[in-house]
This record gives sequence, structure tokens and C-alpha cells, in this order.
Amino acid sequence: MKKSTNAAYYIPYGFWLIFFVIAPVVLIIYQSFFDINGHFTLSNYQTYFSSGTYILMTVNSVWYAFVITFFTLLVSYPTAYFLHYTKHKQLWLLLIILPTWINLLLKAYAFIGIFSQDGGINSFLGLFGIPAQQILFTDFSFIFVAAYIEIPFMILPIFNSVEELNEGLVNASRDLGASSWQTFRQVIVPMTMSGVKAGVQAVFIPSLSLFMITRLIGGNRVITLGTAIEEHFLTTMNWGMGSTIGVVLIVAMFIIMFLTGERNHHRKEARHEN
Amino acid sequence: MKTKFKWSHLYLVIVFILLYLPIMYLITYSFSDGSRMTNFTGFTFKHYAALFADTRMIQIVIDTLLVALLSSLVATIIGTLGAMAINTTSRSVVRNSVLSLNNILMVSPDVIIGASFLIFYTALKIPLGFGSVLMSHIAFSIPIVVLMVLPKLQEMSQSMLDAARDLGSTNGQIISRVIFPFITPGIFSGFFMAFTYSLDDFAVTFFVTGNGFQTLSVEIYARARQGIDLEINALSGVMFIFALLLVVGYYFIQTNNQSRKAKHQALEESEALAHETTH
Amino acid sequence: MKRLISLAVLILAISLGLGLWSQNLQKSQGATGDNTLNFANWGDYIDPALITKFEKETGYHINLETFDSNEAMFTKIQQGGTSYDLTVPSEYMIEKMKKANLLVPLDHKRLTGLKNYGSQFMNKSFDPGNKYSVPYFWGTLGIIYNDKFVKAGEIQHWDDLWNPRYKNSIMLIDSARDILGFSLVSLGKSMNTTDAPTLQAAKGKLDELAPNVKAVVADEIKMYMAENEAPLAVDWSGEAADMLANNKHLHYVVPSEGSNLWFDNLVIPKTAKHYKAIYAFLNFMSQPKNAAQNAEYVGYATPNAKAKALLPKAVRDDRQFYPDNQTMAHLQTYADLSPKTVGLYNDLFLEFKMYRK
Repeated sequence: MKKSTNAAYYIPYGFWLIFFVIAPVVLIIYQSFFDINGHFTLSNYQTYFSSGTYILMTVNSVWYAFVITFFTLLVSYPTAYFLHYTKHKQLWLLLIILPTWINLLLKAYAFIGIFSQDGGINSFLGLFGIPAQQILFTDFSFIFVAAYIEIPFMILPIFNSVEELNEGLVNASRDLGASSWQTFRQVIVPMTMSGVKAGVQAVFIPSLSLFMITRLIGGNRVITLGTAIEEHFLTTMNWGMGSTIGVVLIVAMFIIMFLTGERNHHRKEARHEN
Repeated sequence: MKTKFKWSHLYLVIVFILLYLPIMYLITYSFSDGSRMTNFTGFTFKHYAALFADTRMIQIVIDTLLVALLSSLVATIIGTLGAMAINTTSRSVVRNSVLSLNNILMVSPDVIIGASFLIFYTALKIPLGFGSVLMSHIAFSIPIVVLMVLPKLQEMSQSMLDAARDLGSTNGQIISRVIFPFITPGIFSGFFMAFTYSLDDFAVTFFVTGNGFQTLSVEIYARARQGIDLEINALSGVMFIFALLLVVGYYFIQTNNQSRKAKHQALEESEALAHETTH
Repeated sequence: MKRLISLAVLILAISLGLGLWSQNLQKSQGATGDNTLNFANWGDYIDPALITKFEKETGYHINLETFDSNEAMFTKIQQGGTSYDLTVPSEYMIEKMKKANLLVPLDHKRLTGLKNYGSQFMNKSFDPGNKYSVPYFWGTLGIIYNDKFVKAGEIQHWDDLWNPRYKNSIMLIDSARDILGFSLVSLGKSMNTTDAPTLQAAKGKLDELAPNVKAVVADEIKMYMAENEAPLAVDWSGEAADMLANNKHLHYVVPSEGSNLWFDNLVIPKTAKHYKAIYAFLNFMSQPKNAAQNAEYVGYATPNAKAKALLPKAVRDDRQFYPDNQTMAHLQTYADLSPKTVGLYNDLFLEFKMYRK
């Protein structure tokens, strides 16, 4: 494609990148060098990397984000795959997105009602004589609700990539005597990888900075980097420290992006140049 | 083959039940005579009556929808162009850097985004209100659109483009007749995701709003201090049913049209490119 | 492509329709320029019927905006760009705003209802002589217990919370000042302690409480307690009033050895423009009848002595929410601490939350 058209696409997008991404990031980096009294300092970074609290928090965040992404993928991949073979698949897909239009806080409150001691699940268990279980404020409920929130964001890109699946290749693989599992592993999975990657990025990255449901459902037993930032911006008003954690998150995101970034791009690109 | 199909349907049914469980719970309680989302106490419509009498609430809902529709439209346009730009960039270092920049707004917690946008607007003397909220929503919705459209662009086979070019199509024709029809599902997903982000956002909107402009999320969060009013449940119920009807209705009109079109097309003998134009 | 464009046009058309509808609604509510009052308030913290009444009586239109934390409201006013005429910060925030020069002094000559307020709520350390603020609501910090699980009289003091019997049964409000504050009180120290070793000791004592803590949550506590999710909670009186209204097994105790006394007061931020409307509203809200109506709607304790007299006897004699004089004497009001100390409180609280037994 000609360079001139390329540039034309970049104008609105580039404008956005400069004003709404690069400018705020520069601002955040700038702020991360100021302490609570407005003096220029490196102490925020020093605190972050030397205090056990923040390191532990970082490890926790990454671990929970990983678990949440894993379960979200586990549920979403078959859903997206099966959806592809239903009648009216576009309609079903829209119906997957629809629940996300209900306010998050309201859904969290509904989950509180469902999970609580007097709530739906425990009344159900009560029918079988099982005593009320503590479900709220456990890792289970936190991961369950987090995964619930993220599932539509994972299904969508995977569904799109399944849609693009070349049925010919799938059939060819079957005709050549491959079992369903072999076909799935060696043909379908590699061909839907781009959707999985997009989904993982759309879920893992925001999961690092979850904050509200850590309190509502997790009872603040799970503290993520998002919680800490929230507190530094809204309670302590120590924007410097909050920004420092923000910078760490951004750097972590860059690392993830480069790790999941496509490697075999050069081949495709080489053809573009012709 | 048949039994296998049923298993997959069962799986989907379970997933749908899970996805709709909390929403059904919310809507059930919108008919409860009590004032909280616990202990259902008798059937009533009073929360709906209160809702329709609440002009302030109706105004907030309209404003919220307005911001969501406009911001996701603009974000979809800019994001799609951005994805096309990234897709045609040849150097992988540049691509990856731009993609990482793209994702910054997704990883940054809302409070940071909100606070830095606020500083940004006040520095530029942009008044807070509808305009600043709209701009912010466009800004934080763009990355998800890019993430939804880009995989579609990457899947598009080069041979298809080459074929179109060999048939003598101009760049403009290729874009409108080959690329766009192909990436339309990605664009739709992007739009819906952007719409979702806009409806759900609280923290960013809170910081950048002003002069009486309020969105539903901000109102709900502020009201949560006193415990969530069942009027809000009623509102969710109404919005949800409305959205459901809209989505189902739109889908059936759409498929009806398409099947008619498809019959029409079958009658005409058309080559691949001409075929694309009727879409 | 055509389909995409026609959809985009459709969306634009819908937006235009919504925009016009919104404008119409705004006009019908009478929101035009000069006769408005931009009021930034906590969510659901005023009886909507009073807004209607005020608008009818005076002809001013109230433009209500809501916030959910003192700090977020502070940030918005400090950054400018808003045009709030009135807002309702808590006492320590009033001090902070005063120091940041964000408040406009009140013209006492234009206030007609100051004498209605109880003397114990006026002239407090955060605003000597009520130069900047008029009381709106007040309250305490205390313990809520559920008599299904905890016998009456078992919980009287902060120290009772440490009883091993209450394993995994306490919900705490997610607020560093309040939680470290009651730990400090239980050690016999001030809730405004600034010295690090004492604060460390208070945090150390809290760590011992950890096995009893079920969760650290915020507004949701009300819902949890109303649902019998936990036997005990530490929360503010206003929140407690709401819980008690929803679950008759709940009771509220203010430990007599001391606790926090908090205020939410009306102030004029420096962004104010509509002074006539502001004073009309301040005077309107200080009228006993209106203040009483507001207190009944919101459920918090009113500082307006004449309004209190108008409340039902069961409410105004309720020792849970209008404590006796002896308890009142032991209550402490938060001072605005230096940013460094606030930081220390929050770091210690964060460490406590991450502490796993």
C-alpha cells in the first residue's frame, strides 16, 4: 500500500496517541518523581522496590491476573467455538455482550446477594441439609466474579478468529485421518491464536489493576496494585507514589506486549513492500 | 455427531445461565416491596413508578446514552483507521511500540486516567462537562477498538488483496470493497466494546465531568453510599429489556434483509468484485 | 461499506434526537444561567422533596452534582473547571480546604438561622467561630452488633472486639483514620496521634485483631449487616442508622471510652458565583422544619437543636445516635494531619490489610 494512505490513517489515530496517551504518560512519569511535599525525589521508586509490601502486592496482582485470565480463557474458548456452529450465531454473540451493559456495581451487589450467608446459593444448599458456607471474601468468589466480568471481553475476539477459520483446512485434516483432537490441536488452535492473544491482552492487562471487586467481593483480602493506586490518589493524595505504581504497571504491560507480540511478522511484511 | 452437538448446546446453555444470573436477580428485586436487594417482600411496581416520575434520572439516562453512542462511534472510526495504519506498518519494532502505547489506557487504572485527563483539560482551559466527558470516553475506547479490528486485518489473506489489485482495482476500491466487508465483524465488536466501556465507566467520568453534567455510573456510585435504591434496579430492568428488544429486533430485520438480498444476488451473474459492492 | 456508513448515520440521528430531548428536559427543569445553585453533595444526602420545595419558594434552580469521596471533590475544586456554589466536606477536609485557600468566608449578617444550631456543634477546632462552615449533619464511629449472634452488653468497649470468641466475625470500614483510630483509643491514645512509634503500636495491636476480621469493606457493610453476613461491624453512625432500619436484630454502640465525632458541614468553595442563591439555601436549610425533614429522610443526626425537638421522641431520645453527655465528652474530632502523617496512617493500614494470619 502506498505510504501516503498509510499516513492518512495515522493522522486521527496519531493525534489521539499524542494527546491522550503520550501526554498523560509523560505527566505520570513526571509526577512519579515528586514526593508528597512536592519535592523532586527518587524516593518513590526506592520505596516501591525496597518495601516488602509493594513487592508482595505486585506478585499478588500478577498471580491473580494470571488465574483470572486462565479461567476466563477456559470458559470462553469452548463458548466461542460452539457459538460458531449455532444457528443465529450473531444474535447469540450480541446476547453475550448484553450483560456487560448493566452497571458493574449493580452486578457486584447482585453477586453479594447470591453468595451471602442468607443468599441464593446457601438457601439452595440448605435444601439438601448442607450448612451455610462462607463463599464471600474467599479467593473462589473473587476469581469467579472477576472472570464473570471479563468473559465477554475474551469471547468476542476468539469468536471473531473462529469465524475466520478455514473450514476447508479443518475438513482436509479430518479427511487425512486426523482425530478430532489432533485437528483441534494442530489446525484449529494455531489458526485461532490471534484471537486468543487479543483476548488475553484484553483480560490480563486490566486484571492487574482491578480494584472495586477486590473490596466488594474479596473483602480487601486480595490487595492488587489497582487498590494501592486508588488509595494513593483518593485517600492519601500522594499522587507521586500512585504515579510510581502506575509507571510500574505500564512497564509491566510493555513487557507482556513484547512477550506475546507476533514474531513471524517479517514474512508477511516482506510481501507488503512489493 | 448429533449427541456431540447436544453437549455443546448444554455447555452454551450453562454459560448463558451464568451470564444472566445476576441480572435476573437484579430484575427480580426491582419488583420487591422492600428497599434492599435482600429478602424479597411482596410484589410491587412502585419502583418503576418512582423511576418514571424522576425527571433528573431520565435526563441522566439520556445523557449517558448520548455520550455512549457518540463516543463509541467516533472511537470506532479512529480506532479502525489506527488498526489499518498499524497493519500497514512494516517495521515490527514500530508496530509493537505503537501497540504497547495503544494499550496504556487499558492497563492504567481509571483513577490515573481520570486525574491526568483532568489536569490536561484544566491546563488547556477546556470547560468540564459534556464535551470533556465525550472526549475522554472516545480516548479510552479507542484501544479496545484497535484490539478488536487488528486481528481481522491480520487474518486477511494477502492473496485476496493481490487478486483484487490484479483485477485492476484502485486502492480506494480495495479498501471499500475488499477490506471493509472483511473486517466488518471486527468493527462491530469494537463498537460494542466501546459502548460497553462508556456505559460502565465511573472513575474517569467523575474527574472530568462538571457543570451539572452527570452520567448514570457516577450517579449510581454516589448513591451507593446510602445503599442502592431499588429504583436503580428498576432502571436496569427497563434498560435491559429495551436493549434486549433492540438487539433481537435489529438482528431479525438484518437477517431478513440479507436473505432477500442473497436471493437477489443469486439471480445475477456477477464476478467477485461486483458481488462485494452490493454488501 | 455502505451498511457501515448507513449505520453510522443512524447512530448520529439517534444521538441528535437524544440531544434534543436532553436539552428539552433541562429547559423544563428551569436550568438557565443566573438563577441556579450548583450544589455538590454526597449521593442521596438531601431529601429531593426539599429541593423541590426550595425551588418553589425561592425560584432558584438547584443543579445537583454528586461525589463519593472528600478527596475526589477536593481535587476537582482545586483544579478548577467546576463552578460549585456549595459543597459538604467532612471536618478534616474543611481544614484542608481552608489551608489550600479554597473556601470563601461566610457573611454572618446574611445568615438568619445560625442560632438554631446546638452550641456543641458550633465553634469547633476545625473552624473556629464558624467562619467558613454551617453544620449539616454529624455522627460518631461505633460498633454494630447482631443480637442473633452476640448478646446485648457483651460489646461495650473497643477491647471487646479482640475477644477470641469472635473469630472471623468482624467487618471493618475501609478507612485508615477510623480503624487505626479505634486501636489508638483502645491504647488510651489520641485519635490524632502523629508520632510513629505509637502508630506502630496501634498497628501491632490491629494485627492481633486480624483473626477476628472477616472483611474490610466500605458502603457495602450496610447490605452485609442487614443480611446477617457478620455478627459485628465497625462503622459510622449514619451507616448504622440505615442498617438498623433494615434489620431489627442490629444495635449500635458508641464505646464510652472514646470514639470519633465527625461533621459534614456546608461550605462555599472559591468557585462560587451565585451568592444570593447560596444564602437563600443556607437559610432555608437552617429552618427547623426543613432540617428535621432532611434528617428524617437521610437518617443522620441533625446539629439543628430546634429541628431535633421536632423529631419523633423515639428518634431524639435514641442514645445510640444522640449519645448522652458523658459519652459526648469523650468523643474526638479529627484534625487535618500533615500529608506525611496521613501517608503513614495509610501505609500502616495497607500493611494491616495485607497481613495474613
